[in-house]
Amino acid sequence: MSETFKKDAITLNEESLGVIDSKKTAESLSARALKRSGGQIRMEGFFKKMLILMGLIMVILVFGILITLIVESMPSIKVLGMRYLWGRTWDPVQDIYGAFPFLLGTLLTSFLALIISIPFSISVAIFLGEYFPKGWFSSFLKNTVELIAAVPSVIYGFWGLAVLVPIVRTFQSKIGVPPLGVGIFTASLILAVMIIPYAASLGRSVIQMVPSSLKEGAYALGATRWEVIRSVIIPYTKSGLFAGILLSLGRALGETMAVTMVIGNTSHLPTSIFSPGNTMASVIANEFTEADNPIYLSALIELGLVLFLVTTVVNMIGKKVIGRFTNE
Amino acid sequence: MENTVIKSKNFNAYFGDNHVVKNVNIEIPKNHVIAVMGPSGCGKTTYLRCINRMHELIPGATSNGEMDLNGENVYDMHPIFVRLKIGMVFQRPNPFPNLSIHDNVIAGYKLNGIKLHKDDRERIVEHSLKRVALWNEVKDSLTKKGSFLSGGQQQRLCIARAVAMEPEVLLFDEPTSALDPISTSTVEELFHELKTNYTLIIVTHNMQQAARVSDRTAFFYMGELVEYDDTKQMFTNPKDSRTQNYITGRFS
Amino acid sequence: MKTSIRLRINKSKLVQWVIILLAFACVIPLLAILFYIIKAGITKINWNFLTNIPKPVGEVGGGIANALVGSIIIIGVAAIIAIPLGILSGVYLSENKKSLLAYWCRLCVDVLQGVPSIVIGIVAYFWMVKPLGGFSALSGSVALSIMMLPIVIRSTEETLKLLPDSLREAAFALGIPFHRVILKVIIPCGFSGILSGVMLSIARIAGETAPLLFTAFGNPYLTTNITKPMHSLPLLIFNYATSPYNDWHDLAWGASVILLVFVLVLNIFTKLITQRWKIQL
Repeated sequence: MSETFKKDAITLNEESLGVIDSKKTAESLSARALKRSGGQIRMEGFFKKMLILMGLIMVILVFGILITLIVESMPSIKVLGMRYLWGRTWDPVQDIYGAFPFLLGTLLTSFLALIISIPFSISVAIFLGEYFPKGWFSSFLKNTVELIAAVPSVIYGFWGLAVLVPIVRTFQSKIGVPPLGVGIFTASLILAVMIIPYAASLGRSVIQMVPSSLKEGAYALGATRWEVIRSVIIPYTKSGLFAGILLSLGRALGETMAVTMVIGNTSHLPTSIFSPGNTMASVIANEFTEADNPIYLSALIELGLVLFLVTTVVNMIGKKVIGRFTNE
Repeated sequence: MENTVIKSKNFNAYFGDNHVVKNVNIEIPKNHVIAVMGPSGCGKTTYLRCINRMHELIPGATSNGEMDLNGENVYDMHPIFVRLKIGMVFQRPNPFPNLSIHDNVIAGYKLNGIKLHKDDRERIVEHSLKRVALWNEVKDSLTKKGSFLSGGQQQRLCIARAVAMEPEVLLFDEPTSALDPISTSTVEELFHELKTNYTLIIVTHNMQQAARVSDRTAFFYMGELVEYDDTKQMFTNPKDSRTQNYITGRFS
Repeated sequence: MKTSIRLRINKSKLVQWVIILLAFACVIPLLAILFYIIKAGITKINWNFLTNIPKPVGEVGGGIANALVGSIIIIGVAAIIAIPLGILSGVYLSENKKSLLAYWCRLCVDVLQGVPSIVIGIVAYFWMVKPLGGFSALSGSVALSIMMLPIVIRSTEETLKLLPDSLREAAFALGIPFHRVILKVIIPCGFSGILSGVMLSIARIAGETAPLLFTAFGNPYLTTNITKPMHSLPLLIFNYATSPYNDWHDLAWGASVILLVFVLVLNIFTKLITQRWKIQL
């Protein structure tokens, strides 16, 4: 095949080269182009295979994570069974592993954080999406809110320890609960700040997608700005806003360092939102390197497995909802 | 026909199950301008893209039949060889935005990793730009990005880019539909110049353009090659009633 | 009638002010953190702080050189692993929009993006630390590279999706082979978008602590051997912040300033780059 082409290259269109001084150079250039092609074609095939391999690697990576977690938590699943999830006591010294305090701790901190952050994140979304979509003022707010997500979680934790814990302690002694400072409430406060950007940025983009014809229709009927927001924008965007809140929740569930540093790290079942506690992530962070027997380690990994499954389900629902919203 | 460059025999093309080019037989002579016309969706662009095997880049696109270049079926060659031999210019000018005007002209060499001697390089750039009547306009701004030019200049740059590879055939996919009238006439003038060295196949939905620039015209309708004849012949005395209807404007 | 309209208008105005107030309240924590950390940490930073390793409790002075060097090495190795993998996977996704593997790959990238960092740490422990027989900087880098991947892949895919098809066609029509079309045309044209993704992913992992707890582990001494445990800035901040000693808190404040400034500058720089380097198409 390439034989015929070399032949062609030499009998290349002669007149066309008239303007080029030396016919020879152009001939040899074309010939060189063709000669190189053999190697290029091999490279092309190799490159295509490599790309497919890359796609495959990502799938293998995620399934590898899942399988590793399942395999390594097998001892605990076998020995402890479902008791594990509902057991109220976690006492590695006595070989008792009940994860319920951590499940409760995770749910409490995450939902408390969500409740605290929603008014703020939705306000940012409405502010940037509807009231002031342009101008330096809103771009300042937008960039600052985005930077909230950029601050490392260990720094939130450190700041929380140094600044927030004393404030909460004073507050607690005023309302008459044990002034520990650390605890589920403090962790929720920190988390609430950390998850604002996720719901805010998604909320902003869905609010900007509201067709102006809808809004104008409502204005034309004499609605005030707030009435337009309440009766047109919020109903139109509610699935998108909900997806943003789910993404925030996904973040909150898996957040480790900041929570670990201010939650108080006890394995007792929390009795109020001011009690110290532990989340699934924080107990793994604290005890993983100390776990000295196989069941203990495996019980911790099972927490990781639960965390992986829960965050994945929450995130996937969020992505599905937003996918459906943008397709509509 | 003597001196046939491109020859299709029972050629078919599909998008999935959609049969868009139906059993086309055509022989295209060397150093002629061939216009391919027909209403939109008639398969003319698909047919053009089959000649240099661009069609198969679209997912789900397939073809069968024979498409010969100088007597050898292009579907037996590697697409890279085919495309080095058959250049293409698109509907919208598409210079490489990351390359300068100079590098855009020799993009075929540069991106293929072929090192050119400086003299050769300059000669190819100048020669190619002169062939498309762009040299005088851009010779002082060769280092600027290609996207800095006007639409008509960009399209001529794209033609220069194809010419620089010294192909045998140049395919044009509605090359002037995105251009203003003045740029259009500049490009049309080029066709006459270029046919001394190359065979030009031009897809157009503009009948006047087909009549102005081509030696022979092929009329496609619903995926079929209805008529293929001398341009003058076709426009004055069409053999098929569908061609008659089309050129008299009874459907578009 | 008139009063009811006035009532509605006032209500609308009131709500608007509440929303503006709440929106700007979000800025307060960030500014408070910035202000406090810089105030507490900036005075601790000096030449000795940057070039010495920590001293035992009770001795004055000491620095964070081990964590600084460690962070650079761990992040660097993670980037070397993740950038080519991520960009090529992104290319794969943008080139194969409909195949079954692409569908699963995209799903997996979505999943990976949401995986808590502590879980990545556990997995890296079993993939790297156990087989290698001990904690090592390399295992930390692997953990961080897994966290970088989704960001690099997503930004590459999104950027390349925005490039017009005509660009690829122009290149293919010149007889340029597929791999050169990708490497010489597609990737250079999407360079700014891909670069911003890479920089964002580095900013993200620079502050990650959880995946390093059971991989890089930490090391009070300066080392450049990636098969040995190694310190990093976030690990040092975590260890020292939760310690009872004031000297160590001081080190942690100083380290926090450096980490915070690095991460924020990288983020802001990324924003500027994406605005400045956009190629006109």
